[in-house]
Amino acid sequence: MSASADPILNVEHLSMHFGGLIAVDDLSFAAQRGHITALIGPNGAGKTTVFNCITGFYHPSVGMIRLAHADGTTYLLERLLDFRIAKLARVARTFQNIRLFAGMTVLENLLVAQHNPLMRASGLTVLGLLGLSVYRHAESAAIDKAKFWLDRVGLIRRADDPAGDLPYGEQRRVEIARAMCTDPVLLCLDEPAAGLNPRESAELNELLLGMRAEHKTSILLIEHDMSVVKIFDGTAADVRNDPKVIAAYLGVEDEEVEQVEAEVGL
Amino acid sequence: MSQALEIPSRPAIDLFGALKSGALAAIVAFGLFSLLIGVRTDQGPTGALQIEPRLIALGVICAVAFVGGFARALLAGERLDFASYVPEQIKVAAAQVGRYFGLALLAFALIEPVIFYNNRYILDLGILVLTYVMLGWGLNIVVGLAGLLDLGYVAFYAVGAYSYALLATSFGWSFWICLPIAGFLAACWGVMLGFPVLRLRGDYLAIVTLAFGEIIRLVLLNWQSLTGGPNGVSGIPRPSFFGIPFADEENGFAATFGLEYSPTHRVVFLYYLILALALVTNWVTLRLRRLPIGRAWEALREDEIACRSLGINTTTTKLTAFAMGAMFGGIAGSFFATRQGFISPESFTFSESALVLAIVVLGGMGSQLGVAVAAFAMLGAFELFREFSQYRMLVFGLAMVLIMIWRPRGLVATRTPSVFLGKFKEVPAEAVAEARQ
Repeated sequence: MSASADPILNVEHLSMHFGGLIAVDDLSFAAQRGHITALIGPNGAGKTTVFNCITGFYHPSVGMIRLAHADGTTYLLERLLDFRIAKLARVARTFQNIRLFAGMTVLENLLVAQHNPLMRASGLTVLGLLGLSVYRHAESAAIDKAKFWLDRVGLIRRADDPAGDLPYGEQRRVEIARAMCTDPVLLCLDEPAAGLNPRESAELNELLLGMRAEHKTSILLIEHDMSVVKIFDGTAADVRNDPKVIAAYLGVEDEEVEQVEAEVGL
Repeated sequence: MSQALEIPSRPAIDLFGALKSGALAAIVAFGLFSLLIGVRTDQGPTGALQIEPRLIALGVICAVAFVGGFARALLAGERLDFASYVPEQIKVAAAQVGRYFGLALLAFALIEPVIFYNNRYILDLGILVLTYVMLGWGLNIVVGLAGLLDLGYVAFYAVGAYSYALLATSFGWSFWICLPIAGFLAACWGVMLGFPVLRLRGDYLAIVTLAFGEIIRLVLLNWQSLTGGPNGVSGIPRPSFFGIPFADEENGFAATFGLEYSPTHRVVFLYYLILALALVTNWVTLRLRRLPIGRAWEALREDEIACRSLGINTTTTKLTAFAMGAMFGGIAGSFFATRQGFISPESFTFSESALVLAIVVLGGMGSQLGVAVAAFAMLGAFELFREFSQYRMLVFGLAMVLIMIWRPRGLVATRTPSVFLGKFKEVPAEAVAEARQ
């Protein structure tokens, strides 16, 4: 990873305890602005726990999570309530097991994502209830934005279908489009390629790279699928041959434990 | 796959199996009813209680159960497809009627007092039905849209009724001033209930709201000095026609408009008053559904965690849903108070909450038209079976069970999206069903 001095996300000494269980132990990393950073690890390594800490669903036991916007404003995410992280710090996320509003249409899903700007435009509902044009303009702008993202993920023809009716791969894309409708500076994707076939994975790659290039969105993702991860850095072989990675995924021989632990720095 | 799937052929009629099923049904019926119906306590000649067996009644019930079980087992293989017997033209016509059903219902509601001007009973029934339509629409915001199961809705009805009754009797304030105040006070109580239950969902929420409804009723019952306790509040001023009283006097309604005095004027006015209030409730709800707050309510029903990840403040969203629902309940309550002229805690028991909730669930959660039809059907059926007083609840329960079997998502199970890109399409019941899991 290129050493840029402009990290968007700084995670320092993050630990998360659930009673006696230590899910995340003293994790530190930084994600650079405008980069796609991947968090890899075997099942149960605590990747999703880290995501939940970053997006405010958990309050970390120890540690600091600092998010810096391009204009220099910084937010300490561990101190914000979950919905404020999305609203103020503009961190959006998707879920490992897709969480769409299944009974609502795809378009409605994308409009719910624009709740806060629309709420302001509707004068906290009062102006909207009176049917003033301020709100009508805001709503048609919101629909245009939703249309743009639906077009981007190639689902414009499904706009009026209930989200729950879409096939799995399309639901994933709707979830990403929904997250992008919140205008995030950091997009956290939890295993976006899980359950996708190779063609869909390739489309996803293109989409993510395009989003990074066009919308200056930094992306943090959890992924097992190295075919998704590798293109971002071109160092898949390096990753794959890294003894630490091998040790984490495959374990090591008993006699090597101490040696690997010393290398990893335990 | 190498082997082809076998299509199951229709099984031959299994007489023995059917007999067995019938016998089983008869045994269950015997077990259930042997003590309930088979014996009856009666006063003997000496004045002591004696048990009188009613074997014939029991036998009839067991026989009916046997025949039912037998027939069901015989017909189990046959899919009864009533739809195929209906001619195509009738189906098309029915679809046409369905499209304009809501409008037709509204038109009927508007002209009902004209048609039944001389039938006081029908007018009173109409007022009662419309009161429950309004309550159902109010509760629909909380239960149908926001997905928060509220078993104590009658509390807000009570708050609204007592607010109007006490303000009007103590300070002599007019109905039109008290109406918004009652709505506001009920909304405050909605928020008050909302706060402690923010983290609860489903069953737990239902229990707490149930308790809340009872607490309000018990406070009304025991706060003698303010509410009059079980004696209630009487002498609540009747509504006037924007200041002109409905009385047989010089400046009364009839005299002012050059009509002959008739007590029906007031009833008709009350009818149109509750119709207007209910329609306002409906209009506001339909409007809110298309606003961000309404979409947030529905999103909250579908997935609360996803809502939070999109920056929606779930606390205020829930509280506004409670407040909105409570406000309409309160307004309906003050209408109730002015119509009755007398209120007591007896009018606000749990069974009222249950009835309103049943209307919402039966109508199809979230559907405005469904709720209106359900209110009409339930209260209409209640009146229809008034003569069979003791079997009324039995028929009512049976009807509920049957409707839940045939239409488990309520009468109107489809959901109309709040916004379209292309042309109008309804979300089928199955999709909504999945979302509720």
